Amino acid sequence: MKICVTASSGSLDTQVDPRFGRCQYFLIVDSDTMDFEAMPNISADTMGGAGIQAAQAVANKGVEVVITGNVGPNAIQTLSAAGIKIITGAFGTVREVIKMHKSGQLKETSGATVSEHFGMGMGRKGGRF
Amino acid sequence: MIISIASGKGGTGKTTIATNLALSLENVQLLDCDVEEPNAHIFLKPEIKIQTPVCIPVPRVDETKCDYCGKCAEFCEFNAFAVFNKQIMIFPELCHGCGGCLLVCPKNAMVENYKEVGVVKKGVARDIEFVYGELKLGEPMAVPVIRKVKEEIDENKTVIIDASPGTSCPVIAAVHGSDYCILVTEPTPFGLHDLGLAVETLRKMKIPFGVVINCDGIGDQKVQEYCKKEGIPLLLKIPMDRRIAELYSRGIPFVLEMPKWKDKFLELFDAVQIHA
Repeated sequence: MKICVTASSGSLDTQVDPRFGRCQYFLIVDSDTMDFEAMPNISADTMGGAGIQAAQAVANKGVEVVITGNVGPNAIQTLSAAGIKIITGAFGTVREVIKMHKSGQLKETSGATVSEHFGMGMGRKGGRF
Repeated sequence: MIISIASGKGGTGKTTIATNLALSLENVQLLDCDVEEPNAHIFLKPEIKIQTPVCIPVPRVDETKCDYCGKCAEFCEFNAFAVFNKQIMIFPELCHGCGGCLLVCPKNAMVENYKEVGVVKKGVARDIEFVYGELKLGEPMAVPVIRKVKEEIDENKTVIIDASPGTSCPVIAAVHGSDYCILVTEPTPFGLHDLGLAVETLRKMKIPFGVVINCDGIGDQKVQEYCKKEGIPLLLKIPMDRRIAELYSRGIPFVLEMPKWKDKFLELFDAVQIHA
């Protein structure tokens, strides 16, 4: 199964990045063979709509499941439309969460876990533009 | 002549200066460009004669023409599109209405729709021609409404523009093109800090400016020291005065009840004309 995990760098032993739209890397992992592709997230620094752009990139990779920490409303809408299952609240290394997912320890989410602009960091949240 | 009134910090008295200055001059037009929370009308009580809706173009997709090439999503700087697996999604609240997607779509599948984002109201208050904008609740972008308000500028009059606080896009849109900007501040560390940001912004925009200190007597002398050091003209000081505050709380511009202040505002206007 093709699984996308948000990660803070490009290796399987890196920590899960708790943000979806503004994570550093997407690791696209084949959960059977543990072969993976590390895709840098070009949406990390975008002005707005990072979740949408990131979801589109992930959908075009043909993944079936996304595992992350939190996901916002626009991202979840896009991922759901692409028929991708979303698992939130994940932490630990990418390798660990893949293992947990295989053993059925992670649960799917159906709603956003954070509001828009969550991953933008201090001083930019809710900015007027 | 176009004079804009801005501040870094909110609540320093932009509208107080704008309304009292307008009431002290002749042949004047007042534009309230703080469209997220306009309030000059509370003080001037204009009779509104014309209301015009403000619309921005938002795209709609003709799915019979779209071949999901993704050029729109690639182009859109605000990520208002997602295109994947023969699907296209549009997020109109992210659209800034630039119309670029219509230009880049090779299949002409984009149709321009219009969305109402606010309203411009025009009227007269005493002898002042009064215009203000109101952003629709829940709409995130104030700039299109501000631009519409500014389309009403009458160059034959002295134009006073009341801007919103801060230094972000709505402020830039409001003060852009003015001949002079009055920065209103209070003599406190907060007032000084945010004044510094506004000064940086105006210097970058190459708009001449000066400072009015409101609620003079509270806080400290740091704003005055800052202006002196930076060579910024200090145009007027309005004291912390209970009578002014009481009139304000009743929605009355204080020059109406304290006519001596009209002279001070005329002096302010003279100073502006000298420095502009």
